Amino acid sequence: MTQEGWSRKDLVGIADLSPQEIQLILDTAESFREVSERPIKKVPTLRGKTVVNLFFEPSTRTRSSFEIAEKRLSADSLNFSSSSSSLSKGESLIDTALNLQAMAPDLIVIRHSHPGVPHMLAARLPSGVINAGDGAHEHPTQALLDALTIVQHRGRLEGLKVSIVGDIEHSRVVRSNIYLLNKMGAEVTLAGPRTMMPVEVEKLGVKTVYTLGEAIEGADVIMMLRVQLERQSRMAFPSTREYFNLFGLTRERLKPAKRGVIIMHPGPMNRGVEIASDVADGPYSVILEQVANGVAVRMAVLYLLAGALQEAE
Amino acid sequence: MKLVVRGGRVVDPSQDLDGVLEILIEDGCIAQVDKKVKGVRGAEVYEAHGMVVSPGLIDMHVHLREPGQEYKETVRTGTLAAAAAGFTSVACMPNTAPVMDNRSITEHVMKEAREAGFARVFPIGAVSKGQKGEEMAEIGEMVTAGAVAISDDGFPVSNAELMRRALLYAQHYDIPVIQHAQDLDLSAGGVMNEGEWSTRLGLPGAPGSAEDVMVARDVLLAEDTGGRYHVAHLSTGRSLDMVRRAKAQGLAVTCEVTPHHLLLTDEAVSESGFSTNTKMNPPLRSERDREALLNGLADGTIDAIASDHAPHHADEKDVEFSAAPFGIIGLETNLSVCLDRLVRPGIISLNRLVELFTVGPARVLNLPVGTLVPGAPGDLTVFHPDRPVTVRAKRFRSKARNTPFEGWRLRGRPVATILGGAVLTRPKK
Repeated sequence: MTQEGWSRKDLVGIADLSPQEIQLILDTAESFREVSERPIKKVPTLRGKTVVNLFFEPSTRTRSSFEIAEKRLSADSLNFSSSSSSLSKGESLIDTALNLQAMAPDLIVIRHSHPGVPHMLAARLPSGVINAGDGAHEHPTQALLDALTIVQHRGRLEGLKVSIVGDIEHSRVVRSNIYLLNKMGAEVTLAGPRTMMPVEVEKLGVKTVYTLGEAIEGADVIMMLRVQLERQSRMAFPSTREYFNLFGLTRERLKPAKRGVIIMHPGPMNRGVEIASDVADGPYSVILEQVANGVAVRMAVLYLLAGALQEAE
Repeated sequence: MKLVVRGGRVVDPSQDLDGVLEILIEDGCIAQVDKKVKGVRGAEVYEAHGMVVSPGLIDMHVHLREPGQEYKETVRTGTLAAAAAGFTSVACMPNTAPVMDNRSITEHVMKEAREAGFARVFPIGAVSKGQKGEEMAEIGEMVTAGAVAISDDGFPVSNAELMRRALLYAQHYDIPVIQHAQDLDLSAGGVMNEGEWSTRLGLPGAPGSAEDVMVARDVLLAEDTGGRYHVAHLSTGRSLDMVRRAKAQGLAVTCEVTPHHLLLTDEAVSESGFSTNTKMNPPLRSERDREALLNGLADGTIDAIASDHAPHHADEKDVEFSAAPFGIIGLETNLSVCLDRLVRPGIISLNRLVELFTVGPARVLNLPVGTLVPGAPGDLTVFHPDRPVTVRAKRFRSKARNTPFEGWRLRGRPVATILGGAVLTRPKK
């Protein structure tokens, strides 16, 4: 079941993928989309494979999405959630991982609040490791499902203008999207409060603007980021009201937008903070399609990694 | 007890010596340095042909972890590591448990060092009681017990008034105040340098300005007080500029840099795949900072190279990057890394490197060592300037293994360490 052009056992980030690998995942996801539309939404592809969903950070949508993807591929899955880091319980991350490894899972899906944890596990464990979000570093399957959604609406990625707006500093979604969109030839503009713009971000090959108007103007895609209210310890903005006044996306502000613009959001949304409900539920919004595509992308990734692992045996 | 070291190239920047010379050590002290020393009958002879012979090297910034954290390092293992790597003197920081903020702990460290007998240990006492940054510690008492400087290293002296008073009071003992320069509000939460790489990796960054604002403040206070002020592990170009200007102004301001800040940048966090051996405080900085530090080495602004040898247990480091303790070890890589990466490419001369490890730190701390002037302690380091060596942490004498230089292939290595006229050979493995 190996797929030509794919030899990785892990997907820890977009940063080290080639454009061909990204395209392969998107093409594979496109073919898996149809499974979710069947009356019997299940294929035997990963029968007999064990997947552990190791979530050290609360997550509803990403974890459910992976779980559904695993079930539709007939994998046996196990959820291991811990709202706190294992460290606070006295067991080190490595020990937790080695214990799980002793049960011989084929794939481990991991979400952790600390950047680099998936890389640490991938380097040490024979299982395939999928990064489901590591701190503010990467969230590769999110960027892939975003790309799939954009392609469905605009037919391509190359040459598109994509504006990403909001809490850039704390966002893993933005980093994976920057890497992916750059590799696939799109132009990325970042917008947000100056206090939430990470230093030297232009070195990642993006443009930065500091008004919502500039971000909207000429954009084919506008991606609104969730303001991570729980992480605002460093005096980023005085109140959510002021945030909304500066960067909240409303129908009014969208008036000068390009025809055919699509509005995206990785969720969960803070309605009335970064996005008004009339936009989130409005005609340009593709937010729920993103969620649907998440399942297809994760099926594709699970399938490709399992194939590479089987090949290695 | 006499020892003659002959045949080697003797380099002593304290008196501009560089040539094939003989050294006679008598009763533990340097007796003669000359083309042909006299009165050698009955002396032990050490042949150093093809080697460089320098005053015993000094690492003016190490953590020996004793008392309190003996599972990381002890005075004994730390000084053994020093001896094995050509260092005859180390100055150790007071962030022990309990803190070295009084006479009895200072005496304890001195006693342990004497009993081990591997290297001279010069304690650096705490500035404040418990390193809490509130009340001054009993500085005079610690000096009586052997302390050569004061520092709250690991913690910056944040309170400007405490720093001002420490700079004033330390003058009674003619010792420097060594600052771990860091504004804790600016660096809060940071686990690496704030810059392109922290942005790429999504790790919270500590900006270089956290160091710079503290150095700026302290230099003003040094000017007002006339005190001796030393910046520990200086890591940014802007802080270096301030030290350069302070020196030009004639202030008693000095600084040290570490080999890792000279040779690595924040990109190493990414290249190493989030290795916690690239995590230390201050963090690895940008390439621009690194280049500025190299210029500071060459133009004389930097007084010393020091390792900030910070041993940690493997279990403590083998965790998530953000959760790992700051710090790496350096005693056993200092010399080879600097010979290979600073001298061999011609960034600095061999003489300048020896200066940065001998008379440079000796002047900062007013130490009697680091020179071959007759009467000085008979400490020598014999090293091969280009013999190849590969860094293997498992062979270290230190208890710790947390080095970012693992696997580096280097040229230049220590051969023998002579302490008070006694040749310390490496214990057989």
